[in-house]
Amino acid sequence: MESSKRRFLKIAGIAALGLGAKPVLDVMASSGETAQPKIMTGEKALSAKRWGMVIDTRKLQSEEDLKPMIEVCDKIHNIPKFENKNHEIKWIWEEEFKHVFPMQQQDFLDDRLKHMAFLTLCNHCQNAPCVRVCPTKATFSREDGIVLMDFHRCIGCRFCMAACPYGSRSFNFRDPRPFIEKTNPDFPTRTKGVVEKCNFCAERLAVGKIPACVEVSNGALTFGDLDDPESEVRQVLRNNYTIRRKPALGTGPSVFYIV
Amino acid sequence: MKMPNNKKMYDKGKVALGLCIFVVLITFPFWFNLGKAAPAPEPKLSEKAIAAKECILPKPIMKYQHMQILNEWRDTVVREAKRIYVSPSGKEFNMSLSNTCLDCHTEKAEFCDTCHNYASVVPYCWDCHIDPKEAK
Repeated sequence: MESSKRRFLKIAGIAALGLGAKPVLDVMASSGETAQPKIMTGEKALSAKRWGMVIDTRKLQSEEDLKPMIEVCDKIHNIPKFENKNHEIKWIWEEEFKHVFPMQQQDFLDDRLKHMAFLTLCNHCQNAPCVRVCPTKATFSREDGIVLMDFHRCIGCRFCMAACPYGSRSFNFRDPRPFIEKTNPDFPTRTKGVVEKCNFCAERLAVGKIPACVEVSNGALTFGDLDDPESEVRQVLRNNYTIRRKPALGTGPSVFYIV
Repeated sequence: MKMPNNKKMYDKGKVALGLCIFVVLITFPFWFNLGKAAPAPEPKLSEKAIAAKECILPKPIMKYQHMQILNEWRDTVVREAKRIYVSPSGKEFNMSLSNTCLDCHTEKAEFCDTCHNYASVVPYCWDCHIDPKEAK
């Protein structure tokens, strides 16, 4: 009696073990065979070590000359137009010399520069203060030098706006959607409570196009890899004297101005 | 020595009645709503999606994991600049909610919203991402 009960339990235990192990073995056997999806960059995507831009202000005399560049950016990036200046969203905009280069101001500045409209946008700094202060890493430096925003992560704390010495960032105080003239379905809008700024057209670079403002600039803007001595931007930089905004702060802007 | 029989229950009738009322009240939501449950919605595929036959992954995986997949997509697109997805069957997709998912699943209201509303899920995707149909 005693021994048969013992034997019964033994056999039952082994049987349970065997039945339990089968599904596990099945999964292990099949997991190696299924094809896995792959994720990669597009074939046409443009790449660089450090993207940069040169703005030739000699070719951009009046506000009229800046208009097409600002308009094309507003259009493709779904940038809203607010009447209230405090709610304004700016990716690329115009500014006076004294505001663009406050540290290079001097007495008796020549008339042309004094009254000219300068094109201003995010400088995509090498040592970007906005990236350092962002508590959620919503703003980050890409490997190609672009300072990009991940709107999904932005909590709207606006530390980056306080940190940016160039005023390149705007906060969505209101839902921007009703204020977009014509929505471009290829690019998302933003929502109330996030910060936004120029993205150097990262979405266009990914499909092999240069930034939209450069495309419509008639050669006034040059875009390329600052790290490549043979690139077009470096040629332009070699042949012209250029200045950058607030260089003493050590942010390392990637946007250069020929004045 | 024998213990006194103290198993006698006082107010038997009232207690039983009270218990009955209690049980009826506590189960009220169950029998009141019996048979009235809203039927689970069946998301309707658009004609384009039916014609395409397969999504990026098999249907059961898409059904239970589309949210995780979309989270992975947004991270790889925004943070790693990788925008091309090659499905196990070898087809290439541009990783974009508005321009790839909704290009095929054209009826967002009938495909996405029916289930989300039923499950009381409010994804904030559409605060920023555009339904091409609604774009003005």
